[in-house]
This record gives sequence, structure tokens and C-alpha cells, in this order.
Amino acid sequence: MRIAELDWRGRDEAREDLVITRASVLDPRAGIDATHDVVIRGGEIAELGEPGGASVEGAEVIDGEGMHVFPAFFDPHVHLRTPGQENAEDVETGSRAAAAGGYCGILAMANTEPPVDSAADISALRERAASEASVPVGFLACVTRAMAGEELSEMAELRAAGAVGFSDDGLPVRSARVLRRALQYQRLAGGNIALHEEDPGLSGSGVMHEGPVSAMLGMEAIPSVSESTMIARDAALAAYEAARIHVQHLSARESVEVMAAAKERGVAITCEATPHHLVLTDEEVRSLDARYKMNPPLRSEGDRQALIDALRAGTIDCVATDHAPHPLETKEVPFEEAAMGVTGLETAFAVLHNELVLPGVLDLSTLVERMSAGAEPFDLEPPTLAPGGDANLVLFDPRADWEAGADGWESRSENSCFAGRSLTGRILMTIAGGAVAYRQREFAIGAAS
Amino acid sequence: MKHLLGIEGMDRADIERILERAESFAEVGRRDIKKVPTLRGRTIVSLFYEASTRTSSSFELAAKRLSADVVSVKASGSSVDKGESLKDTIATLSAYGPEAIIIRAPHAGAAGLVAKWTDAAVINAGDGKHEHPTQALLDVYTLRQRAGDLEGKSIWIVGDVLHSRVARSCALAFALMGAKITLAGPPTLIPRGVAEALDVEVAYDLDRLSDADVVYALRMQRERMHDSFVPSIREYAARFQIDSRRLGPRQLLMHPGPVNRGVELSAEVIDGPNSLITAQVESGLVVRMAIIYELLAGGERPRSGGSGAPDDEELPAPTPIGEPA
Repeated sequence: MRIAELDWRGRDEAREDLVITRASVLDPRAGIDATHDVVIRGGEIAELGEPGGASVEGAEVIDGEGMHVFPAFFDPHVHLRTPGQENAEDVETGSRAAAAGGYCGILAMANTEPPVDSAADISALRERAASEASVPVGFLACVTRAMAGEELSEMAELRAAGAVGFSDDGLPVRSARVLRRALQYQRLAGGNIALHEEDPGLSGSGVMHEGPVSAMLGMEAIPSVSESTMIARDAALAAYEAARIHVQHLSARESVEVMAAAKERGVAITCEATPHHLVLTDEEVRSLDARYKMNPPLRSEGDRQALIDALRAGTIDCVATDHAPHPLETKEVPFEEAAMGVTGLETAFAVLHNELVLPGVLDLSTLVERMSAGAEPFDLEPPTLAPGGDANLVLFDPRADWEAGADGWESRSENSCFAGRSLTGRILMTIAGGAVAYRQREFAIGAAS
Repeated sequence: MKHLLGIEGMDRADIERILERAESFAEVGRRDIKKVPTLRGRTIVSLFYEASTRTSSSFELAAKRLSADVVSVKASGSSVDKGESLKDTIATLSAYGPEAIIIRAPHAGAAGLVAKWTDAAVINAGDGKHEHPTQALLDVYTLRQRAGDLEGKSIWIVGDVLHSRVARSCALAFALMGAKITLAGPPTLIPRGVAEALDVEVAYDLDRLSDADVVYALRMQRERMHDSFVPSIREYAARFQIDSRRLGPRQLLMHPGPVNRGVELSAEVIDGPNSLITAQVESGLVVRMAIIYELLAGGERPRSGGSGAPDDEELPAPTPIGEPA
């Protein structure tokens, strides 16, 4: 399935033709890395022409000199908070945030209030996305009814209604027996199962990573093995049932080791890591600033390095934001009382480019590939710049200096752990499914004059 | 110093200054009229979200001895349970224009947050399991009164380190004064990574307790056995109780109170000649007077208007006021 076939308001809109001239075009998956005129006609990449040589007739022309064009990104892990917590986010604001971050598609988690566990819920959300979403949005449904972890949701009917996959994200599927049934049932229902891996007994009421910083702060902590032991359990179940699973938000070195071993054994398992786990550590929690509170927690520098190595090696398949909006009042409280989660859509690529690519830790091409690789585990064709495909691309100015959040956020919430950070490199435009989903304000004004 | 949020962030000179001032207040305490006029007309808010007898009462009395007006607010449970957020409560109390807010809360970092939301000086009277700096300062004061310089002294902090804000603050404060710290207790109650975090030794039994110059026992809550931290209170006491058999004649004993008799301490050591437990309570008053004085009239913090705090040079010699206030 193409990403543009997911639900969004641009699906049936007319497409304007566009030519981005003399841009540095990079699509590692398609083996493209050269300067081109990118010609978009009828919503498709019509041509990657010689620099300055493409026919621009009837098209808007954008000077791409010194700019990058990448395949747009895909985020398999977003919380749109609807239904139930629209004071934090909804389909319209969350998808706008995605567009601003360079995404041409996102998957929304099912842990809403109430959780998404019926065909009617899925249909209502799809209608909502079709009228409000700036970029294509797919919806996951709960693995278990009411996300209670006890009985399976009507997985086959949910799939028929258009659920892209399943997840009880926010909570682990505590019972191995229940997860095993879901994996068996996957043969009938199809759809990947995305897992939040955490042993509730080991996590207790922990609020941060267990280590010297938690020892110093005296806060109840979540040990790394809370995550890695559950991944090991579920990888074994997936192998036994010949099922496939996607592990969400990897945070610990031990988890990377379990993932590598499972992949080595040939288990059908993929996983993701978030920008905050790739960039920040539990040292940030010393500030007791609740913006640094999320689950899984920020871990140690050793864990962070293991995640970066695994992202480079492909043990971690993709970057996902776990964009988790929360209203201000749930974060302006003592750390232990604060809500878990941070926003991430609008800063993900810029932060990783700034913190990992610019210092030479990660290749630009690796990052670009991993930013959209999250489509594949959910049976969606990853975006490509090869001519003939839907135009899903971002225009990125690698030299633009900006401050995250200084101009406000597209998201309804502002609980970003990167707010105020000075970044070099900014997304100027996002094209999703052939339509312009986002133009950075100053860039748009400049283009109009 | 603008606030006292934790021992972390203080240096030895800060502690010395507070302890010297406490000594001068101890002098005042021996006079007939124990009050000084320093903070006359100023307001101090004491906000306790957790039950406390000794800390809240000694703070209240300390503020009154300095002639401040004290507003005591006691709230049970968390701010969220109460409905009003901590931020709103602080905004409300700040409207009275207090010079200082003394806060105890069940969550780490609460005092630090309050410091962001108010112009008043903030004193942390215990934030979750994080820090309890005034307890640590009165413990350093008490120990120095009895044992002199702490440089090179071996201090063992014994018991439930995991759940103890006192252990953290005391380890930091004793170390700042030059002592060598050992944290001892069952492995389930010693936080992972604490040796690295606090630069201390860790022991899982009391075999080398005789090395200690000072034994600081922590309160062991009976509920801990329900979470499998210890198999039973009986086994805990057998391995970790400080009794006359374990406590040598030259070793000093401390405890932050309240004591579980027969659990972490045996009755005979509590009342024995090596026990500083009563002295610790007595020190609480003068040290807390010194802390309030340091923050509100210590000279580093310019005050606008008011009665004019005495300069540093006038101290240590606070004058008692002539008439009962």
C-alpha cells in the first residue's frame, strides 16, 4: 500500500506542478545522490533533470541551490490524543506538526480515551483524518479490548475497517498467553503488532532510568532489564508462532543486544528508536525538569551510544518520535507527579541532523534512510524520489540557524525536550502525496515575493 | 545563598558559615530571653505536605525566635490529590509577600520548583526521597559539637538508604566536611549506582562496622517487608540492628528520628552515653535559626527597606530584645 492511500485531506485535491532547481538530491534507498532539478507534475516525481535544465513551464519554481531534497519521513509512532484528550492534540494539529517536521505520513497510537478497539472507532478516526489531516495518517487499533490486556480486540474486523496494525502502546501486553494468542491470530487478521516492552513488576512506579542519577535524586527507577527481558520474551513468542512484531522505542543497551540476537536467529522483528533517546541521557533529569520525563526513560550515555551504533548498523530499523503531547499543567509539577512523554515531530530530523550528522557521528544518508524506514514494518511502501512515484519529499536548508520552538509550535502542546535548542538545518517545505503540506513561514513569504 | 534547596550545590564555606551562626544562636538560647528582633515584621510561610513533628515544630520555633510572623500550612497528600496545583498554592501564599517559604513535599524537586515560582527564599524541609538539607546541617553541627573536626572521620550510614533523603543529604554534607562515608544495608535497600553517584563506599553487612567513628542509623519502616525489600523485620534486625554488641565504646551513634525501638536500634544504645540522638533534636532549633538568618539577613542578599538587617560584622552576636515580643 502507498502512504498516500492512507487518510488525509489532500488525497483528492488537485496537485500543483513544482520544480525545485539545482538541489542536492539524496535518496539512499533508490541510490540517488546528485544535484538535480526535481520536477513534480501531477503529484508525482516526473523527472530528476540535469541541474538548470528541466522544463519549468506552468510550474512553480523553487531555487534549491544549496538545499537538500530527501524522501519525506514516516513516523510509525505518534499520539494524536483523539478521542478524549483534544486539549493536548488532535488529528489536525498533530498532522500539521508532522508536516512541519518533514513527515509525509504517520501512524497514530490507540491509547486514547477511550482506547481505539472497535471498527466504529477506526472508521470515525479515518473520516476525521480525511477531512482534517495535513499528511496521510494511519491508525493502529488495540491488541486487547479496552487495552486491558485480557481479551483480544476484534482484530480481523478492525483490519477490515482499515486499522493499519495493532498496539497497546503506553502499556505492555503483560500476559504472555494473551500476546501469544494475538500472534496466532495475526495469521488471520494480518497487520503488524507494535509492542511497548516493559515488565510492570520491574518498573514498579519508576519515573526515570535506574543508575547513579536516580541514586542521587532518590527517585524510584526503571531498570534497563525491565525492557530487555520483555523483548526477549516476545521475540521468543514471535519466533515460536512464526509471527512478526515491531518493538517500540528501544532505550537500553541490553535491548539492543536482545534485538541483534533475535534478528540473527531470523525472527521477524523490527524496532525503532526516538530522537530523545538518541540525543539525551538521564543526566538531563538532574534538573528535575519534567520535560525530560518519558517512558521508556532517558538512559545512560552507554545506552545512548549503543542505540546510535545499532541505528547505524540497522539493528534499529527506523527513527520514530513517540510524539506524546501533554498539556502544560501536567508538566508544571514535581517530576514524579508529571505526565510521561514528550513531543517530537517538529524537531526530530533537525535535532538528529544537528546532534549526530553535523558532528560526524552518523552519515546523513543513514539518517535519511532511517527517518522513513518506519513505513515498511506496517506494509507501506517507503517514500522514494525515483521518478514515477508519489512526490513525498522534504526541502531542507542545511545552513539555516534557528531555535526550536522560538516561533511557537504547530502541535497543540509544547512539552518538547528540545525547546530552546539552537539548531543548524531547517525543513523549509514538505510535500506529501504530491501536495504541499508545509512551508516554513519565512521561506513561504520569500517564495511569494 | 538565596535558597537552601539541597546540600548538593553547597560548598564547605557555606556550611561553616551556617554552623558558626548556629553557635551564636546557641549562645542566645542560654539567655533568659531567647528571642532576637532580626526578622520583626517579616513573614515566613511553612508549607508541609507530609506529616512532620520535629522538623515543622523546630522551624516554626526558629522563625519565632527570630521574631518573624509565621504562617503554617499543613496539607495532606499530593498537591494534585488536593485539586489545587503546587504552582497555584505557591502563587496564593506568595501574595502575602513572605520572605521565606519552608516546604516539605513528597516529591523530589518540589522545593526547586517553588523557588522558580516565588520571590521568597525557599528552604527545602525534605523533598520526596531526594534531600533533607536542614537535617544534614544540624547533624554536622551536632557531630562537630561532640567530636570536633570531621576531617578523616569514618561515618557509616546504616539501613534503608534507598528510601532515605536523610542518607543522601548527610552523605553529601559529611563528605564536604572531609569525612569518609560508608553506606551499609541490605543490597535491596542500597540504590544501584550510589557508590558512583555519591563517591562513597558500600557495605552489605556490618562486619567492618568497628572501623567507624560514627554510626548513623536510618529509620527502617516496617512496610518495607511487604515489597520484598527484606524478608522480615526480624531478619533485618538480626543483621543490621545497632546494639551494644555492635556499637563500640568509642563510637558515636546518631539517628534522624523517629526511632523504631528494637528494629534499627536497641533500647540500650538509644539511651546510652554514645548516643547523640537527643542532641540532634536540640541542634535542630539553632541550626534552623541560622539557616533562616543566613537566607534572609545574611548580608549577601540585599533587602529593600524593612528594619535593616544587621551587617555580617555585627555577628556572631545577635542581641536579645529588651521586652517580650
